[in-house]
Amino acid sequence: MNWLTKIVRPKISTLWKKRDTAENLWHKCAQCGEMIFHRDLEAAQKVCPSCQHHMRLPARDRLQSLFDGGSYDEVEYPDVQIDPLNFKDEKKYTDRLKAARNKTGDKDAFIIAAGTLDAQSIVVALQNFEFMGGSLGMAAGEAIVRAADEAVTRKTPLILFAASGGARMQEGILSLMQLPRTTVAVQRLKDAGLPYLVVLTDPTTGGVTASYAMLGDIQIAEPGALVGFAGPRVIEQTIREKLPDGFQRAEYLKDHGMVDMVVHRHELRATLSRLVRLLMEKGMAAQITAPVSEPAQLPVTQVQTTLAVAANEDTDPRAEKDAAE
Amino acid sequence: MSTHSYLDFEKQVAELEGKVQELRQLASDDSTMDIADEVQKLESKSATLLRETYAKLNPWQKTQVARHPYRPHFKDYIDRLVEDFTPLAGDRYYGDDEAIQGGLGRFKGRSVVVIGHEKGNDTSSRLKHNFGMAMPEGYRKAVRLMDMAERFDLPVLSLIDTAGAYPGIGAEERGQAEAIARSTEKCLTLGVPMVSIIIGEGGSGGAVAIATANKVLMLEHSIYSVISPEGCASILWRDPAKSKEAAAAMKLTAQDLLEHNIIDLIIPEPIGGAHRGREAVMDAAGDAAIEALQSLSGLSADELRRQRQDKYLAMGRVAGTA
Repeated sequence: MNWLTKIVRPKISTLWKKRDTAENLWHKCAQCGEMIFHRDLEAAQKVCPSCQHHMRLPARDRLQSLFDGGSYDEVEYPDVQIDPLNFKDEKKYTDRLKAARNKTGDKDAFIIAAGTLDAQSIVVALQNFEFMGGSLGMAAGEAIVRAADEAVTRKTPLILFAASGGARMQEGILSLMQLPRTTVAVQRLKDAGLPYLVVLTDPTTGGVTASYAMLGDIQIAEPGALVGFAGPRVIEQTIREKLPDGFQRAEYLKDHGMVDMVVHRHELRATLSRLVRLLMEKGMAAQITAPVSEPAQLPVTQVQTTLAVAANEDTDPRAEKDAAE
Repeated sequence: MSTHSYLDFEKQVAELEGKVQELRQLASDDSTMDIADEVQKLESKSATLLRETYAKLNPWQKTQVARHPYRPHFKDYIDRLVEDFTPLAGDRYYGDDEAIQGGLGRFKGRSVVVIGHEKGNDTSSRLKHNFGMAMPEGYRKAVRLMDMAERFDLPVLSLIDTAGAYPGIGAEERGQAEAIARSTEKCLTLGVPMVSIIIGEGGSGGAVAIATANKVLMLEHSIYSVISPEGCASILWRDPAKSKEAAAAMKLTAQDLLEHNIIDLIIPEPIGGAHRGREAVMDAAGDAAIEALQSLSGLSADELRRQRQDKYLAMGRVAGTA
């Protein structure tokens, strides 16, 4: 017995230790199975270096990687009434809400941030999937209205990162009413002549896609992101057949004319920056040309500048590859 | 009354009405039998029971009434209320969707654009109308008709009756979400008066897309919700059998919605529901609709837009923070 205990015990302890290490320091890619060292994965913005699978990126990591110097101001949005329907399923809604707040440290599923992107002012509204599946309720509606107003006040574009399972059922009809409500917010931005750019990330489904997430001036999707109105499970149950491969993925949406581009996460910042520059320049040109007596010359110069910029950035081989796909 | 398909909570009413019929049958066979007293007694008893039952319907029972196969549908309202109805078809991009009907017509003496969901009333028409579950083409047709209403300065009347937009491969392929979003957006920017009536089921985004109106009216036993009770039950309770609980938790009745200022008016239904007094309920809906349209008649295009946008912006906002 003595030799057994002597051998077995150290084996168990090493086993535990090994597992700890693997979980904390190494991450397995869900798509290709590659083991990725955690620092490498973070440096790659949670994109698998081996198969380019885009994993979900924590909300604030995304903001840091987008804004100049990783710094931005968070903009508060007004409090809303908590649980007006007194909703209870297997758990109380107020308990679910409390748990989500403790988990994320945020008030609700949106973060509004203001700052600069390549020295251009922007407002960003980011939907946090970690907070009750990024569900759209009154607070999220309030955040979108607030973000749009902030962009209008600052005269900046609004970039919205969508990630959501859909409407927050625990707020019943009040969550449904956020569809028209957020549509009004988008309308205000458009009335002010400001660009509204939407980045669809994995996953964006349900009522969210039937409102603000599909109304962008420009629609961008991250590779592989699941985007659709009805979730795949609902469709499978309705039609009772298996869905085709790649159904409702970003590339499928692009093929069907639903998004302008599928952009690799490593190219996203440059793409957004370029789009903001191109769209905001148009407004500037009108302001400058208005008082000038010879309007023929200025616009030409402007166009040339724009083309030059676009050409420079298109020389990046990866951008070309993305564009070709 | 024999044409009714009784709902499960109407069992006692069904029994009483069955007895009356039996008595009548017997009396017709035997002319010496005097059944008048007995029939009257039974009928008044059944009427009382029906009134009591319908006075305290729970949300799940209301859901069943809202979906009752004999409840008047879009086409019934058109036949009853709209003269010279001229249906218009197609989205001009891909096809025509029969789940959403629409066209021009004369409503109480004035030219209008009418849009609405049609569920169908027998197997073949249900299939034709896809049970009132619209495809993207339906919403794009609605946008087209709203554009037309705006161009010719005609008010828009929409009748809502859908379990939701159709969840299928083709619908997703052709941009169901975008179609719904654009239709909601069109409702919000419309420069003419728009009134919506929820006549049966107001199912989620598929309903909102053509119900984002200046005035939203609801029949007494109709429902309006973010997801069907069955869908909510299977997601939150992981058990579709909990639909009754889900219906109650979601607050989907006309009475709940009025309390939360989501709708403007409840149109009373005859005792025993719209299917027991089809003409009466359609007339009441017509009167309520014209009154709502008249209340908007003095407003300019901008005022109508602002009224709609302000109304929806306020939904879910705590009073005083606006």
